[in-house]
Amino acid sequence: MEKQMTGAQMVVQALIDQGVEHIFGYPGGAVLPIYDEIIQQDRVEHILVRHEQGAGHAAEGYARSTGKPGVVLVTSGPGATNMVTPLTDALMDSIPLVCFTGQVPTHLIGNDAFQEADTVGITRPATKHNWLVRDVNDLARTIHEAFYVAMHGRPGPVLVDIPKDVQFATGTYIGPGEVRHRSYHPRTKGDPVAIRTAVEMIARAKRPVFYTGGGVVNSGPHAAQLLRELARLTGYPVTSTLMGLGAFPASDPHWLGMLGMHGTFEANNVMHDCDLMVAIGARFDDRITGRVNAFSPGSKKIQIDIDPSSINKNVRVDLGIVGDVGEVLEDLLIVWKAEKPKIDKAALKAWWEQIDRWRARRSLAYRPNRDVIMPQFAIERLFAATRDRDTYITTEVGQHQMWAAQFYRFEEPNRWMTSGGLGTMGYGLPAAVGVQVAHRDSLVIDIAGDASVLMTMQEMSTAVQHDLPIKIFILNNQYMGMVRQWQELLHGNRLSHSYMDSLPDFVKLADAYGCVGIRAEKPGELDDAIAEMIEVKRPVLFDCRVAALANCFPMIPSGKAHNEMLLGEEVTPEEIGAAIGAAGKVLV
Amino acid sequence: MAARAAKAKGPVLPPASAYFIEERHDRTERHTLSVMVDNEPGVLARVIGLFSGRGYNIDSLTVSETEHARHLSRITIVTTGTPAVIEQIKAQLGRMVPVHSVHDLTAEGTPIERELALVKIGNRGSERVEALRLADAFHAEVVDATVDHFVFGLSGTTDKIEQFIAIMAPLGLIEVCRTGIAALSRQGAPA
Repeated sequence: MEKQMTGAQMVVQALIDQGVEHIFGYPGGAVLPIYDEIIQQDRVEHILVRHEQGAGHAAEGYARSTGKPGVVLVTSGPGATNMVTPLTDALMDSIPLVCFTGQVPTHLIGNDAFQEADTVGITRPATKHNWLVRDVNDLARTIHEAFYVAMHGRPGPVLVDIPKDVQFATGTYIGPGEVRHRSYHPRTKGDPVAIRTAVEMIARAKRPVFYTGGGVVNSGPHAAQLLRELARLTGYPVTSTLMGLGAFPASDPHWLGMLGMHGTFEANNVMHDCDLMVAIGARFDDRITGRVNAFSPGSKKIQIDIDPSSINKNVRVDLGIVGDVGEVLEDLLIVWKAEKPKIDKAALKAWWEQIDRWRARRSLAYRPNRDVIMPQFAIERLFAATRDRDTYITTEVGQHQMWAAQFYRFEEPNRWMTSGGLGTMGYGLPAAVGVQVAHRDSLVIDIAGDASVLMTMQEMSTAVQHDLPIKIFILNNQYMGMVRQWQELLHGNRLSHSYMDSLPDFVKLADAYGCVGIRAEKPGELDDAIAEMIEVKRPVLFDCRVAALANCFPMIPSGKAHNEMLLGEEVTPEEIGAAIGAAGKVLV
Repeated sequence: MAARAAKAKGPVLPPASAYFIEERHDRTERHTLSVMVDNEPGVLARVIGLFSGRGYNIDSLTVSETEHARHLSRITIVTTGTPAVIEQIKAQLGRMVPVHSVHDLTAEGTPIERELALVKIGNRGSERVEALRLADAFHAEVVDATVDHFVFGLSGTTDKIEQFIAIMAPLGLIEVCRTGIAALSRQGAPA
């Protein structure tokens, strides 16, 4: 399909040919020709945000909840620089985004023109790849290549920078079918010999664990099904990183809960004491490993990852398998079913008995309170009220995020959108906008903190404009809770600038935005207030007043191994401070 | 507003960190990597950005388009790191979108390595004669000369060039320009 058209028309045509239905953006001088095409068609719906960062996170939420790429359109200069945070966020969490930026006309590039920025230079380390298109005849191919790169291999954000004169110029458009990438052909099929070895190692294990991550979600719902089948066939326990929650159902008896710094006692002890760890689409992040040289000292490790650079990056593994999680698991299950290897049932039974002893410590327990809403309790009640509905959860970053990960129990992948790698406060509200755009009739809830939510609060206006009934469930403790917790535990309780003075009245704020404000201050009010929030078919700001000084436990303190967790019910802050103080001598 | 920010109670604890900060003293190795990339704008910035962003060393770097018809450039990088870091560098380079291939010439056998240096000497009299005699012994070429200076051109291994520069130092060495290492594997097949 070759056709003559302008660069601006090519952008819209390419979006249509790539099957894009929604884009998130904000207009400006250098993208006006593209906006002029957008308004003259109705195949691609444009969602107008209030700040470019909001567009980026909305596209991330859209991508994460659908498995499709999120698409963003912003202008040059500040439009592009405002996208740096969501691009970096998407890079860290392997979210496919395609970002179009306007650029000053080619003859002005390098002249410090109005709203000029070196966008490809600035975003080079924030993207998987980016392009500046100087010739309109390269534009269609570049856009199709951009979608290909975003979606193939380890997914990630890409950016196409289009000067304004290229948008006006006329050239030849080619369709997606005519583009084959010159150099980028990532491996998706695992090495069959390695897979055979993996089957043997898995069968021989006496104390095994499947340590799964966001790669299972990224590989698609099929991969999550295969993981469930693998757990069922072997009877082995499964834990997951923050990013992988939902790939394995929390109601399954093989589920250990999340692992890592605020993971469960059983998950972390299993990781420490196992003799075989199978990492599936997980990258041994420092929030997972704790102290690396004390990390799971007695285990053989297998790692399945589509990104060769993830293997052996942080932790040396015994067997690395480069490939797509879904394809590798599929091949592995074929071998497993053909060979029907005998597993050591007695050893596995003993292992599960040990796991049950760890579970019996009830590491997520917290002291209930009749007068004040405990944040954990709030999430438990939210879960109870929404578990049987078609619900999507996003979060901001901080204590509320960890409590959501601990207490909201996910059964399916793509239902949990959170900023894991970059830890971007302000992610959850715009992400909820994006999720709701993709799933108009679903219940979309941002579990938020009072500090985070103020970072991108302006996107409530987007929700109102586009009739997106997102629910912002704010665990309001009037602190930057996680910062305060660290100061309490690591900096001698010197609470330097971690309070939230002059918080807005969130109920009045909701009113000002034209949405609905709800407040709950006592545990007894919570269920009715949540029910009201769910029933309202408009955007809601829910001000949930929670215990101000609650801390997030369990926790692996600094410089400690997985089997040295501190449980909230069993220690005082002073003890934790002291435990870290000693280790702190070797730390910065 | 200080009222809300509770003052520290009890003994003042030293600050700590939830990151484990470890000093590593593994042995390092020097490797020559040969990377074929699309000759497109910004590709060198990507490679250099990878090294600076992730804290890897670049001892030497040369780049030029070597296959004009396919617009492919060869980047030759000499880097130093622990074996794990070298592996990580190769994996990181290999996953970059415009990279066609990454070859560790050092791991694949002893590569052929050459550098070109231009060495400017300013002197008169006996020093001048001595410089010319030594240059001849090193098979350096006199690229330019006036009554009081020479510019020698010399190609060879890094060791040879280092040695030549060291010898010239007391003979009125003014300045040096080096290209960095160009390298090929000894095997018949292209890297």
